[in-house]
Amino acid sequence: MKRRHSFITALTLAAVALVSLIVHISVGGTPIAPGDVFTTLLGQAPDQRTALTIWEFRLPRSIAAVCAGIGLGVAGALTQTVARNPLASPDILGITNGAAAGAVALMAFTSQVSGLPAGLSVYGLPIAATLGGLLAAGAVFALVWHTSLESSRLVLVGMGISGLCAALTSWMLTLGEVTNAQQALTWMAGTVNGASWEDLGGMPIVILGMALLGGLMRNQREVLALDSDTARGLGVHLSRDRLIVLGVATILAIAATVIAGPLAFVALASGHAARMLARTTIPPVLHSALVGAIFVLLADLIAARTFSVVLPAGVATAVIGAPYLIYLVLNRSRVRVKA
Amino acid sequence: MNQLVIHEGSIIITLRLSRPIRLAALLIGVLGAVVLSLWVGSTTSSAAEMLHALFTPQDTVADISIREIRWPRTVTALAAGAALGVAGTLIQGHTRNPIAEPGLLGINQGAALAIVAVATVSGPLQPWPQALLALFGALVAAVIVFGLGQVDGSRGSPVTLILVGAAVTALCAGVVSTLVLLSEAALETLRFWQVGSVVHGYHAFLALWPLLLLGIVLAVANARQLNALTLGEATARSLGITAGRARVIGLGAVVVLSGFAVTLAGPIAFLGLLVPHVVRRLYGADYRWLVPAAAAAGPLLLVSSDILGRVLARPGELPVGVVVAIIGAPYFVYVARRRKLVSV
Repeated sequence: MKRRHSFITALTLAAVALVSLIVHISVGGTPIAPGDVFTTLLGQAPDQRTALTIWEFRLPRSIAAVCAGIGLGVAGALTQTVARNPLASPDILGITNGAAAGAVALMAFTSQVSGLPAGLSVYGLPIAATLGGLLAAGAVFALVWHTSLESSRLVLVGMGISGLCAALTSWMLTLGEVTNAQQALTWMAGTVNGASWEDLGGMPIVILGMALLGGLMRNQREVLALDSDTARGLGVHLSRDRLIVLGVATILAIAATVIAGPLAFVALASGHAARMLARTTIPPVLHSALVGAIFVLLADLIAARTFSVVLPAGVATAVIGAPYLIYLVLNRSRVRVKA
Repeated sequence: MNQLVIHEGSIIITLRLSRPIRLAALLIGVLGAVVLSLWVGSTTSSAAEMLHALFTPQDTVADISIREIRWPRTVTALAAGAALGVAGTLIQGHTRNPIAEPGLLGINQGAALAIVAVATVSGPLQPWPQALLALFGALVAAVIVFGLGQVDGSRGSPVTLILVGAAVTALCAGVVSTLVLLSEAALETLRFWQVGSVVHGYHAFLALWPLLLLGIVLAVANARQLNALTLGEATARSLGITAGRARVIGLGAVVVLSGFAVTLAGPIAFLGLLVPHVVRRLYGADYRWLVPAAAAAGPLLLVSSDILGRVLARPGELPVGVVVAIIGAPYFVYVARRRKLVSV
């Protein structure tokens, strides 16, 4: 019964995600009929121009949104499971902001030092973002590892590191020659505007691979979700399993940030919403991925297509996600009073 | 007289000076920071140039840069620093929460949102309408955060309050970004309402200084009540203090001071967090001393951060809000990481 419910919700979410994707591709400067989008994706474009628009401009952007959503959604589900804390998600914990700070640090560095190999700015960006994200994640988890990860201390320390990384990012944006306001916005708020196939690079493969890995680690996740004494009693190497799952989550969050910048609240909301929809005890990975993808697609539709100016998707995820955080916090504290 | 004091497991040597002398030392520090602030910029002036600019001004480049650029921003930093320092001290006192402050609780962002929301429709505003909007926005944000933060029974756990504050901050910041981007304003104005800087506030200060005065008078009046409330509401009542009235005065002072600071310098976070911690180390728990000390330590920190922002990003400069966050965020982590969030 429970499995069946979970299966049906997954199917429904997949259908919603597909519809959102097609709407996301079809809405734009010149609207394309959803039917045409569908046939083009199947390789039978009605005309040359539609094919070019979709394959070269619309699709990379939509894929960027989907991948960022999947990456953040799964990363959120994994960290929430390990920390047994619905508020512990990579965006609250500063991992996405750390990755953004790393990327911007590289940009500031390469714009000031001349004579560097050209490849550095292309291949260096994911590496710098990874270093920044790992550094932030390492700092947060190392600072609270001696106590329980469930405590609100994890969330508070994460918020502090997150604020620090955001401040460092704005500092380095003034150091480097980021004359391009769009680029600055990407790294401050998160956006998929103007994403191209070159920008995506190998990131979609990383995200799908890591998400799959996270989904396969079902046993580890279920044991980690028990309280630490029970998990240890079952003979689990707790620290090792925690590190592995958190590592996968961190890589997912960083890859998503490389694609779309530090989108706020996607990881936080997706994991939790997926858990409520599927009615499971721990956030299910597949559902979280789908909810994340839907969230980013819709947020980008609202931000980029509602107004005359194309807004970054991060603005919409912040405005939608913030009330959700309030709801989560109040819900949590009410539960605690009852207990 | 030097004395060894055991403080949280570490040994610190403190100078046991009387409190007026310590306050005087703080004020001398502020004076030093002001001199430094007039001195340091994209070019460093000589002492002779400074004296020349202050007492016998002519239209030389050095005179103009000191009188027209450095002096106004120094005064703005002094005023905004005093307001945020005192506001942070009052908030931490009333919530007994060592990580509360107007920036992190969304009060500053609420004020910024109110200004930006009206300014995008009506165009640039005069200082007073701007300040009234800021007060309104700060009040709404404060009521929302304190109202929601107290849902869990007792007077709001430190963490609940901070998380609700973070959500309100994110919400307001998101809407501010949206409005600013939609109105296609210049990048300069955009940064001002998102980060906080002391470059543009002098004009507003000349009009609005009575607000700062009002806020500080309210804070001083609140200090004795706060001392009594620290002993618990029942004890305070037996001392003739009405808790409700004291809280309203305190909240009023916080709203006035935060609204004033935001109108001058935009939403600066973390300053209100740092200042109370510094002055509690120096003055203990007596709010009759903490409030004036915060009014001196806030300017000292903000002016110093502004100087640092000019040095760190030469030849450009870093908005003071970013510098304060770079200093304040690690301190926030330090306080949050301690074994237990000790009530203050």
